[in-house]
Amino acid sequence: MSDSYDTPDQRNLLDQTAQGVIGQPLDRPEGALKACGQATYAAEHDLTNCAEGVLVGATIGCGRVVRIHRDEVLAMPGVLAIYADQAMLRRNAQGTAGEAPIQDVTTVDYYGQPVALVVAESFEQATAAAKALRVDYDVTTDADFDPAAVEYEPSEEADELGDLDRAMDEAAFSIDRTFTTEAHNSAAMEPHASIADWDGRKLTLYGSFQMLKYNVKELADSLGVAEKNVRILSPYIGGGFGSKLGISHDAVSAALAARELGRPVRVTLTRQQVFETITRRSETRQRLRLACDRQGRLTGIGHEAWVTNLPDEGFAEPVTQATKFLYAGQNRRLALSIGRVQLTTAGSVRAPGEAVGMQVLEAAMDEMAEAAGIDPIEFRKRNLPAELPGEGLPYSSRMLTEALDRGARSFGWDQRHQQPCQRREGEWWIGMGVASAARVNILSKAEARVTLRADGGVLVESDQTDLGTGSYAILGQIAAEMLGVPIDRTDVALGDSDLPAGAGSGGSWGATSTGSAVFRACEAIRATLAHKLSVDVDELRLKDGLANDRPVTELLDKDLVETGRIEPGKTMKDYSQASYGAFFCEAAVNAFTGETRIRRMTGAFGFGRVLNAKTARSQCLGGMVWGIGSALTEAMEFDHRTGRLMTHDLAEYHVPVHRDVPAIEVILLEERDTVASPLQAKGVGELGICGAAGAVANAIYNACGVRLHSFPMTPDKLVGRLPDPVGA
Amino acid sequence: MRPFDYRRMADLQPVDQPGDRLIAGGTNLLDLMKLDVEAPRRLLDISRAGQDRITEHEGGLRIGALVTNADCAADPRIRADYPLLAKAILAGASPQLRNKATTGGNLCQRTRCQYFMATDTRCNKRQPGSGCDALQGVNRNHAILGTSEACIATYPGDMAVALTALDATVEVLGQGGTRLIPVAEFHRLPGDDPARDNVLRDDEVITGVTLPEPVAGRQIYRKIRDRSSYAFALVSVGAVIKLREDRIARVALAFGGLAHKPWRDPQTEAILTGQPPSPALFDQAADALLAKAKGRGGNDFKIALARRALAAVLTEATEE
Ligand SMILES: Cc1cc2nc3c(=O)[nH]c(=O)nc-3n(C[C@H](O)[C@H](O)[C@H](O)COP(=O)(O)OP(=O)(O)OC[C@H]3O[C@@H](n4cnc5c(N)ncnc54)[C@H](O)[C@@H]3O)c2cc1C
Ligand code: SF4
Repeated sequence: MSDSYDTPDQRNLLDQTAQGVIGQPLDRPEGALKACGQATYAAEHDLTNCAEGVLVGATIGCGRVVRIHRDEVLAMPGVLAIYADQAMLRRNAQGTAGEAPIQDVTTVDYYGQPVALVVAESFEQATAAAKALRVDYDVTTDADFDPAAVEYEPSEEADELGDLDRAMDEAAFSIDRTFTTEAHNSAAMEPHASIADWDGRKLTLYGSFQMLKYNVKELADSLGVAEKNVRILSPYIGGGFGSKLGISHDAVSAALAARELGRPVRVTLTRQQVFETITRRSETRQRLRLACDRQGRLTGIGHEAWVTNLPDEGFAEPVTQATKFLYAGQNRRLALSIGRVQLTTAGSVRAPGEAVGMQVLEAAMDEMAEAAGIDPIEFRKRNLPAELPGEGLPYSSRMLTEALDRGARSFGWDQRHQQPCQRREGEWWIGMGVASAARVNILSKAEARVTLRADGGVLVESDQTDLGTGSYAILGQIAAEMLGVPIDRTDVALGDSDLPAGAGSGGSWGATSTGSAVFRACEAIRATLAHKLSVDVDELRLKDGLANDRPVTELLDKDLVETGRIEPGKTMKDYSQASYGAFFCEAAVNAFTGETRIRRMTGAFGFGRVLNAKTARSQCLGGMVWGIGSALTEAMEFDHRTGRLMTHDLAEYHVPVHRDVPAIEVILLEERDTVASPLQAKGVGELGICGAAGAVANAIYNACGVRLHSFPMTPDKLVGRLPDPVGA
Repeated sequence: MRPFDYRRMADLQPVDQPGDRLIAGGTNLLDLMKLDVEAPRRLLDISRAGQDRITEHEGGLRIGALVTNADCAADPRIRADYPLLAKAILAGASPQLRNKATTGGNLCQRTRCQYFMATDTRCNKRQPGSGCDALQGVNRNHAILGTSEACIATYPGDMAVALTALDATVEVLGQGGTRLIPVAEFHRLPGDDPARDNVLRDDEVITGVTLPEPVAGRQIYRKIRDRSSYAFALVSVGAVIKLREDRIARVALAFGGLAHKPWRDPQTEAILTGQPPSPALFDQAADALLAKAKGRGGNDFKIALARRALAAVLTEATEE
């Protein structure tokens, strides 16, 4: 079998196997460890003689370091060394970079950028010394910090079809709106941390990462050592959301210091440093032009976006990614422009592209539906293209209509008033909004090893990571299902770069890609078992440790070890692949103060086979919580005079708190997508955020009649535009 | 963190050495020490220094300086007679913080101005004479009333807003003995000396807060914030309002989020007193309250928000 996935696997093998664990809402095997403090996170490994490193952030936004007053600080108690090495990272690595990011901390690209590492015997000593370290700078006075004040240029060729301007002119109904979204930080619970330990030329790094096979390359390249001499251990991760796709400052500085000092060194970012130095999601400006005919059929779609990044960064938030495939309209213009500012590196934050692109598209669709006088659900359903616009590719599977219908029924969409300002409860305007969910589906190269042990137990091994998303659970379930072994006899080892290279966690592809590799390894084991039983593999029935009713241990004189591999193939090119869904939101807007509180939300999602109903639901729930944050509160606020981030902790950067998150209903729609993967599964890790904030915006409008075009929709933006609270 | 001395106090005494700093719950002071905004030479830990009871006092109540916010808000007498205070406390911070935070510490909590909390910026409050980066900077949650060109910070707390509307008194002990300061006069405006948040002298320690005899009327605390919990007020209103024969017989209003101190405006109260409630009257009251309000860009919206917050509270208080 070739590694690449070229033809859809129509066998749906996981529907024929007998163990019955696939899809079950099983607990995460490492969940209790995490909840009880027994999972050892990166910074928590206890190495003897470990020295403590603290990074020093620049107090300018752009310029050069001219002098570091080392001597004053070297004399402080416990201080071992100060590093401002050329190899230290100026920026963190982008997802799947696989090579060193921009190094050399003598240049300052953004405020707070690490310029030195102070190492001491204790964390307190290192912190005191890091704060005391005086650094002289040569400040660049004409640097650009304000995205509203820079020039933009196309980041890629615009995707054009037909004549959008003409479609707008000739349309029965059209809208032309410009929206803005603010920069976001992943704000994962666990800050970035590394402990570096050298044994001669070999480095072991305990870190918190999403994609070890790339991270090893990035780290080796940054340090100028061979990849084979770098091992990364990342068994437990307290959230990543894109911020740990590539290596960051902690890893390289810890490794450099440990090599120099000849003892282990730990470097943990402070919460403020996480905000100031780790990838942000770019703020965006987005112009949406929609045109439709009298029947509410879209004739034109324009989605143009302006995003920013540091100079020399290749990443541009792919805002229009889902607009390409989601709705019909023969006249199209999708364009992305980039401006250069001296603010932290912009990169992938959960659902790059769709997270902010979909919320704006879906808010615009609501306006368009209203202009055309059509129910917003009906309007969306009317505009689902039969094939990928402009390219004629078929859709692998698409449960959007089902999601809209099922969600609407469960949510009670028929209770919604068509006009805004129709429902008032005390001080609160109540409204309902809907939005579609869509996120591209990607299969990524992956490898995994499965061992059916002579004692009948199973071991699954991969460098795949588990960010709290469920990799341990799901990979075990796939192997248990395929090999007919009880789940409690299935062990899963992850997060060690010495293990076969999985796909890593990112782009929602971890479970399906590494899962497919596990699936294929199991298929090879199944073939061996069939052979031993002298039956055709189709006649093999594996359940509870029995192979065609014989204890499987009787067939095994030694462990059966197989490595499975998968690579994206023709199925990726021949089809448009995405996961879909729909969001429903009931929001209350205070008629006096403009405070918005979410009362309830429903999400219905179709993403191929559900591999574990509990972890899938959690991903959807978490995504919708992100949607609430994006809609209502989250914003990185910079001082545009200096580039300094003013909202750099969790008191100032407002993620939703429990009270902001009401009961959320998640409906999982079973689907089989044979094109997406041999598991018939697609990605779900990011889907729950892709459009959710649009449903909130639409509910706000339906509640109080104000269309805001600026996220987050905080009271300051609403208060001046609300109708008279008493007169109405 | 810098090295400092530490002494645990058995009772509340005046502070006798410059550079000494009281620490109660530590929920504000420790954060500021980690940020290098505060660098005391010695901490006097008063968390076990008694004064942790609520007692009857001249027809009202006396809240010891070390009563935690959680205990205060849960006290049945407070809940029955001064619900405004319980509501204001519960609208602040989080349960964990309220379990540690004390009455004295809460009164003395420092501003949340982001420049104040960042030693790499200019701030007249933190470093007198250095300038004020908030004037032209990120100032969404800054003051619109009683500001100066030296400082536009707010006093961020909730509890003191309620205490101001309730006409409470702060009891302080210094070398010269005990002083009583009305809460409304405890915090000060920045003027050209923003380094001082309040009128407490260097040697003085808060020993308690007294509440006068309960007054009749509706008590409302309204806090407007970006998220529904765990966020400081954009604007808050503490109100005690008594209606008689369809007129506003008595009104006390204090505002948070608008100024360097809980804001009380006699003229606003005078306009309302004796009048039948109506949207037009509320507007008139807001006109008086906000006549001198001045936005600095990011916080311009607070002028409209304060008007609407006042209308909301007055509407609620005067409804059937
Ligand atoms: C994330 C976060 C969110 C918060 N949200 C809110 C909110 O929404 N609303 C709100 O009102 N507050 C909020 N707070 C602030 C909180 O209420 C205060 O930190 C707390 O009340 C301070 O009390 P403490 O006893 O811990 O004071 P400490 O930190 O111990 O002391 C604070 C100051 O008071 C001085 N002090 C303490 N006791 C005395 C005394 N008896 N006499 C004289 N001086 C004294 C100290 O020297 C110090 O300067 C929040 C705090 C945090 C960290
Ligand atoms: S507003 Fe006051 S506290 Fe804030 S920076 Fe200016 S002087 Fe400092």
